[in-house]
Amino acid sequence: MKFDAKSLLAFVIPVGLILVWQALASVGLIATEVLPAPTAIVAAGWRLALSGELWTNIGISAWRAAVGLVIGGGIGFALGLTNGLSRLSERLTDPTLQMIRTIPHLAMIPLVILWFGIDETAKIFLVALGVFFPIYLNTLHGIRTVDSQLVEMGRAYGMSSWGLFSRVVLPGALPSIFVGLRYALGIMWLTLIVAETISASSGLGYMAMNAREFMLVDVVVLSILIYALLGKLADSIAKWLERATLSWHPAYLHV
Amino acid sequence: MTVATLSGRARANVAFAPTDRGPPAQTPKPGAGAQISIRDLSKSFGSKKVLTSLDLTVPAGQFLAIVGRSGCGKSTLLRTLVRLEEPTSGAVMVGDGQRGVGRIMFQEPRLLPWQRVVDNVRVGLSKGLPTAESRAQAMDALREVGLADRAGDWPSVLSGGQKQRVALARALVSRPKLLALDEPLGALDALTRIEMQSLIERVWLEQKFTAVLVTHDVAEALALADRVVLIEDGRIALDVDVGLPRPRRRGSAEIGALEAQILDHLFSAGGRPSDDRPGLEPGPVEYEKAYA
Repeated sequence: MKFDAKSLLAFVIPVGLILVWQALASVGLIATEVLPAPTAIVAAGWRLALSGELWTNIGISAWRAAVGLVIGGGIGFALGLTNGLSRLSERLTDPTLQMIRTIPHLAMIPLVILWFGIDETAKIFLVALGVFFPIYLNTLHGIRTVDSQLVEMGRAYGMSSWGLFSRVVLPGALPSIFVGLRYALGIMWLTLIVAETISASSGLGYMAMNAREFMLVDVVVLSILIYALLGKLADSIAKWLERATLSWHPAYLHV
Repeated sequence: MTVATLSGRARANVAFAPTDRGPPAQTPKPGAGAQISIRDLSKSFGSKKVLTSLDLTVPAGQFLAIVGRSGCGKSTLLRTLVRLEEPTSGAVMVGDGQRGVGRIMFQEPRLLPWQRVVDNVRVGLSKGLPTAESRAQAMDALREVGLADRAGDWPSVLSGGQKQRVALARALVSRPKLLALDEPLGALDALTRIEMQSLIERVWLEQKFTAVLVTHDVAEALALADRVVLIEDGRIALDVDVGLPRPRRRGSAEIGALEAQILDHLFSAGGRPSDDRPGLEPGPVEYEKAYA
């Protein structure tokens, strides 16, 4: 990435806001119990980082997010492929899946707590359920919208079924699959935040709720910021993957 | 049928090249043409009859052009040659009947956007070939169409004419015995079109495959083909030998005369506007009325 004058423009407003926030907090115009100064939040982060509490909680949250994504995303991807390639399988499973999709997955929280208690399974289940649908739907859509003229060309040039899948169908569906993945990453963090805030004994959400009990506003704000950073990080990784695998796409051709 | 009598004795003499007369007759040179014989071919889509008991024999190495109105079944006929359509009844025999004897070039380039130009050409080769070997052959084919320097590019940065040249290289890289061309120049601008016509003629003269070109442009058919077949309502309505020497001069009097006769036949016999764009061609309809 290049840091020229134009890309610096994006930082003007955020940096300005932080400076104003710091100034107002220092003069005492914002009460510390409402919103602590940025420096206080950095100090809180430093304190928790030194004690190791911060890393433990980030690690646990990231682990839950990753496991849920792999399970839910994996099943969604597999079902999306199967239903995209086989009409029989689609007729059999798609109506049921669409029916389940109408249930907001966070509405399942009370039931999930009853089923799994508040341990890891409950959170991973919710995350998996949340990421399943965007990945399933976009994989299915991607495969269905692969250019049929290219498929015909592949057949005319003697490609086997596997050749057709790996050289024509899957690469053609990839842009859509990435849209699903990036959407799923957003849902993944959202689900985790809600699940950890409501019922947990570790993780970032727990750290925030615990801090609330002790009126540690700086730690609460810190947790929120870390969630934002993790979300941004996941999105950047997905973007990078997209760039690496879709370098043929006209949208990425400026390389 | 006046035009058939024009059939030149001096049909392009390259047409029957090595398979018939080459000394080792038992091993035809790869790349030499395949004979096509179509017997009593019918094809229907549902209740719509597209081809009705059509017979056609194309000698090995001939350049045949099929012309006709939109929806007359000319593309369907071409697609049965490369087995993209199966006949409803009748028999289509290309060469010794093996798969992969013929290659098709579509109206659109149909390149895989996610493969570099050279890898798109390699699509035309069998997968069993070692990578180095298939890359070398693909580069040869690209050199043939004048695009060797674009081998590492993505298809999306090429112009329309360049994409069709890559598609031609892909069709030719396996040295097919039949090249089926489904209006491959239809979407190109006039100048690029003429360049592509010369390119196709040149590689055909070099490689001596059988070529079947489907086109709605009678002038294009006459510029390239040894023989022009007019299809109407699913059967052959006119079969013209074009005995003009190559390279042919565009707009010459002989070509003009043949073109006028084919067009006359086209408009007097069918007497209906094209299927897919009724009303868009007021000219031809009036022309036809004048002859009614």
